[in-house]
Amino acid sequence: MPSIMPTPASNTGSSPADGAGARPRLAPHVRLAYDRARGKPVLLAPESVTTLNETGAAIAELCDGTRTAAEIAVALRDRFDDVDEDEVAAFIDRLTALRCLRREQPGEPG
Amino acid sequence: MSRLYPFGILAELTYGCPLHCPYCSNPRDLGDPRDELSLAEWERVVTEGAELGALQLHLSGGEPLLRRDITAIVSAASAAGLYTNLITSGLGLSERRARELRDAGLDHVQVSVQAAEAGTSDAIAGLRSFGRKLSAARLVKSLGWPLTLNVVLHRHNLDQVGEIIDLAESLGADRLELANTQYYGWALANREVLLPSRAQVTRAEAVVRDAVKRLRDRMEIIWVLPDYYEKYPKPCMGGWGARQMTVTPYGDVLPCPTAHEVPLPRANVRDHSLWWIWEESPVFNAYRGTDWMPLPCRDCARRDVDFGGCRCQAFALTGDAARTDPVCELSPDHRIIERAVGAASALDADVSARTTGAWPAPRVAGPSSAADASAP
Repeated sequence: MPSIMPTPASNTGSSPADGAGARPRLAPHVRLAYDRARGKPVLLAPESVTTLNETGAAIAELCDGTRTAAEIAVALRDRFDDVDEDEVAAFIDRLTALRCLRREQPGEPG
Repeated sequence: MSRLYPFGILAELTYGCPLHCPYCSNPRDLGDPRDELSLAEWERVVTEGAELGALQLHLSGGEPLLRRDITAIVSAASAAGLYTNLITSGLGLSERRARELRDAGLDHVQVSVQAAEAGTSDAIAGLRSFGRKLSAARLVKSLGWPLTLNVVLHRHNLDQVGEIIDLAESLGADRLELANTQYYGWALANREVLLPSRAQVTRAEAVVRDAVKRLRDRMEIIWVLPDYYEKYPKPCMGGWGARQMTVTPYGDVLPCPTAHEVPLPRANVRDHSLWWIWEESPVFNAYRGTDWMPLPCRDCARRDVDFGGCRCQAFALTGDAARTDPVCELSPDHRIIERAVGAASALDADVSARTTGAWPAPRVAGPSSAADASAP
């Protein structure tokens, strides 16, 4: 069953669609969970595990398709000091490139 | 070495399958279906796997839907917190069954097709099945699951890769896995009729590259090269016994789905805990880390990148699992690969006739009767 082997895939990837108006949400195949063995939050997909830190998990949790990156940064300020909006946007770009997040452009149906 | 935990468990629920693809991942010896693990044994495996640190459970086979109790296995895995992924031919996925699986917590479904159209797909599968596969794929989407379409590629469908991508798009697939055949077991026995030519691979790559760009916001396309055409070997399974466990229908636990071909002492869940097998068993420790490595791997800058490649491939092609994977151009056995690739590329002129004509009989047919015996 080669399809489940995690390693040989040369995922040609994608660059995230640019747009400050986009509202990211977890891709439909991705689940946010807690990895007890390694003591870290993770994003689970069929053939990948992306390890997050606490802030990363908080951002992923807020990516529900209703908020822009700027709005997520504002919401994070309730829980964390020194939230840098550019860093939040860059993190969202990284998760989008990893296919963990999808961006919904304004006016685009879910 | 720092503590390793398995990320995923591949549960091969049965070797039974209604299809008879000539690259089947089942072992050549299909065993006795009456010896398959019971539901209680699978429940213990998934629970122990989660305790050991696994995060994902891949339900495969054979055709996993032939196990009538698959829903209960999914329930146990979900209760243990595992991400559950069904890898199916699509046959046997009725709407009732699909709803039961969804209610049991199944996270993701991968449906295979063998080609872009019924003629080729059914010929490769050895069964009229294409229409049912499309229905299953549509059912997956209609129940709100994300859909991955899996296609194993080889000489006889690689030139259809553009049409395969179109099909995935029309089905609304979220992911498309275009995995070139890996040459083990049945596929190795049939390599002569399956290995594509270099020209085919180059053409297909160009088509895939364009599609990745065009569809980047809608569909993830995963392209797995045939490793015979790579310069360096694949970092198989992320290293031996490093990330994954495969549990066979009869309870043997292996570092990868093809490791049964390598002569090592067996470790079975009927005799041992999953913890013991992962940590202590000879089979999981045989090629862990880098101490086992021969030259040129031992002194190679890439030894922690590709881990010497694939042990099963080294064994299948040289008879010694501890040699460098012959795919590596630095391997002293690399001429084995060059010969196979040379032969496949010399056949190129023949390809169009073959793909538009009848599917050529494979040199060794895919598995058949023993597999059917376990169908309920």
